[in-house]
Amino acid sequence: MSVTHHLTTPIETADLDNLRIGDKVMLTGKIYTARDAAHQRLITLLENGQSLPFDPKGAVIYYAGPAPARPGRPIGSVGPTSSYRMDKFTPPLLAAGLKAVIGKGERGPDVIDALVANRAAYFVAVGGAAVIAAQSVKAARVIAFEELGPEAIYEMEVENFPVFVAIDLQGNDLFRQGVARYRRE
Amino acid sequence: MKSIDVAQIIPVVKKLCIDANYYIADDVREKVNQALASEESPTGREILGIIMQNYELAASRQMPLCQDTGLAVIFVEIGQDVHITGGDFTQAINEGVRQGYAQGFLRKAVVTDPVIQRRNTGDNTPAIIYTEIVPGETLKITVVPKGGGAENMSALRMLNSTEGLKGVKDFVVDCVRKAGGRPCPPVIVGVGLGGNFEQSALLAKKALLRPLNARNPDPFWAQVETELLERINRLGIGPQGLGGSTTAFAISILQKPCHIASLPVAVNIDCHCHRHETAVIE
Repeated sequence: MSVTHHLTTPIETADLDNLRIGDKVMLTGKIYTARDAAHQRLITLLENGQSLPFDPKGAVIYYAGPAPARPGRPIGSVGPTSSYRMDKFTPPLLAAGLKAVIGKGERGPDVIDALVANRAAYFVAVGGAAVIAAQSVKAARVIAFEELGPEAIYEMEVENFPVFVAIDLQGNDLFRQGVARYRRE
Repeated sequence: MKSIDVAQIIPVVKKLCIDANYYIADDVREKVNQALASEESPTGREILGIIMQNYELAASRQMPLCQDTGLAVIFVEIGQDVHITGGDFTQAINEGVRQGYAQGFLRKAVVTDPVIQRRNTGDNTPAIIYTEIVPGETLKITVVPKGGGAENMSALRMLNSTEGLKGVKDFVVDCVRKAGGRPCPPVIVGVGLGGNFEQSALLAKKALLRPLNARNPDPFWAQVETELLERINRLGIGPQGLGGSTTAFAISILQKPCHIASLPVAVNIDCHCHRHETAVIE
């Protein structure tokens, strides 16, 4: 039976210990959006020994690029993008201190290994349910790479942002186990 | 001969871009409702419930269903007795897209070139425009906002002509299997068969436009679609790839004659935010 947990960022390892795949997490606090182009830049900063536009310790990155906000609203629709495109950039960011990443879809074996090694989790939001995601965003501002437009890094203040645990600290993978369970080929 | 001014085209394209991104069609809603009743996985059912809730919220909050409001793919059927006046047809379509994406608060997702600069064009143009000359004196415009996630999972193969029906079926199922959770399942699978290299791809995209509750008009292909849908839903991928019995809502096949040496097969996948809107200018 799946359990619902409430987590607040920045996240400590202890917060993640009892999470299991399939559990639901309601996430509150600051999270940072980054997709393909922003990831490339973050990795370049790390390689050059420069500091990131946010403190990576205990941080959560959300693979997303929002639609524009209507006047008076903090953000437009902001669902997750496919995570696999960030696979090659994820291990160094986890090593820098990230405690969770949020996206959609499967991750490669290197990411699973890096999650276990760095004691971090992979969450998924429902792809396409972008208005629901936007409902939990209370404030948002661009903190880096503004010229990338929707691919800029946004700092978003979220309240009870609903996600599922897809890879836990033991390296269990909900994609693999879920599909194995319902496969009837 | 009927004259249609480009000034009539711009607001129509603008509205189609916005409406397609805010409102999900009844045929998709119906599929989600059916899946809510039949899906075996509790997580899968929860996800389908969230998807349905998102459809309602997008309409009431006047926001795009998905932040990926796509490339604007536009099909235009031009009646052969229509004379387009007052300016450049392609520019008019792009102006409609520009206005729709700006005024609808839709995301701009086009970059200038595919490899080096990748600078956002800032207005979601150029659109991808396909025209077809048909009898009559109307202009039928269909806007398909096509997201990148599902499009990236599409594939085309030039099969050996003797690989036949089995080759086609296996390729389609493998394509959905390999895509897994990445194209945002439950998906809609468009299949283009025959023609040549590029025509099969275009057929696959056009196949996505068939209403989800309509069957293939050819009983043979209707049967193949039923069989393929069952096979795909036995893969276990489920909603968002987290496991379950609903991997696809529908599969739609379009076929054309082809070369004696060839059997082109193209698979174009669409996500559960299955968006397209049509209008006719008379």
